[in-house]
Amino acid sequence: MTETSANAVENPTDRLALPRYLRDAEVHPHLDFEGYKSTALRHPKQPLVALPHAFTEITGPLLGEGRLGELDNDLTRQHAEEPQGQRIIVHGRVLDSDGRPVPQTLIEIWQANAGGRYRHVVDNWPAPLDPNFTGLGRTLTDDQGRYTFTTVKPGAYPWKNHHNAWRPAHIHFSLFGRAFTQRLVTQMYFPDDPLFPYDPIFNSVPDEKARQRMVSRFDLATTQPDWALAFEFDIVLRGSEQTPFEDAHDEDEE
Amino acid sequence: MTQLGTTPSQTVGPYLSIGLTWDDGVFVAPKGTPGGFWIRGRLTDGNRDTVPDGLIETWQADPEGRFNHPDDPRGAVAPSVEGFRGFGRSATDANGEWAVHTVKPGRVPGVDGALQAPHVDVSVFARGMLQRVVTRIYFADEEAANASDSVLASVPAAARETLLATPTEDGYRFDIRLQGDGETAFFAL
Repeated sequence: MTETSANAVENPTDRLALPRYLRDAEVHPHLDFEGYKSTALRHPKQPLVALPHAFTEITGPLLGEGRLGELDNDLTRQHAEEPQGQRIIVHGRVLDSDGRPVPQTLIEIWQANAGGRYRHVVDNWPAPLDPNFTGLGRTLTDDQGRYTFTTVKPGAYPWKNHHNAWRPAHIHFSLFGRAFTQRLVTQMYFPDDPLFPYDPIFNSVPDEKARQRMVSRFDLATTQPDWALAFEFDIVLRGSEQTPFEDAHDEDEE
Repeated sequence: MTQLGTTPSQTVGPYLSIGLTWDDGVFVAPKGTPGGFWIRGRLTDGNRDTVPDGLIETWQADPEGRFNHPDDPRGAVAPSVEGFRGFGRSATDANGEWAVHTVKPGRVPGVDGALQAPHVDVSVFARGMLQRVVTRIYFADEEAANASDSVLASVPAAARETLLATPTEDGYRFDIRLQGDGETAFFAL
């Protein structure tokens, strides 16, 4: 589909169809969530205005190999020695809600070290920093939407949101999809974390089933003997349906 | 076909700069591009306090109003500006300031087929924000195009000017206010 007729350029409404990305209304947290204190001053109070999905919204940055370094998907090999902690393989597929794989899309992750501390000037709780762990990973999904990271299991850590507040262990995930509309930042959690009932960020997701979609699955089949545990985490982005653009049904089909 | 439930959004947290900053992130168009300029702005909260742990991402057409993307139904075309990426990413600094270096986008059709005014789609991420919020940059010096833009017209009149980037010495200024007086108009998509 590389050919573009001159007519289409001059009159782009001819024979065009635009995908419309379907929003899963029950899934996302409200921007104003009482239990998470920092939302109070950081959520818009005015109603959001509907933005139709036109060219700017159905396209997005296609960020390829140029964004990746050789060891970006292995967070255990980015320094002179291995980081402390339990080695894990995190893998899965990026799909859209129609079940189609999202290939060649950039995934960026960041996380705390095994002691629950981030390599960041603002993080000063007294868990040790690990000189062999940055906590940054990047990869591209393959043609089937698959991705793999090797890393260490992050620790839980305290935060000041409420009395005795601890975040469940988690890895931050940032995904682009192929459209501005599909952009997603989420967090991957680990199965059976005892902190789930007490964490307002995890519980900001209103729907229980949707919340469970942020929890990875222990994956014995991918676990490497004498080497690393494995967790599977599939990520589902908004799917699209093709909708006719303007009077497409009136046009003669080629 | 069975619909899969989508994965929920979560906050980027306070340490987003570990994972989401790139050395060249601010360059939608390379430095030295003819017609290139900076869009600078400040991100503030409901107390007018600056947000030092935020991230701004921008996405826009090239100056011809085209996208180098297979889903542009007019076809993917190489950008008319060398090194143009269409995408910008800037973390906010200690003063809540962000900036991207870019070129003026061309006009692209809206869903009704009419040309939209030049615009840049914007995502805002920060600690304390459980999802990104989305807004649009329009350009205050595009009065005629802005007057006929259907998206801009759909924004309540009192909030419309919050979407206008104003000319400065080296480009434009576009402050983003998350809440309260002068709250930026945000979009649902």
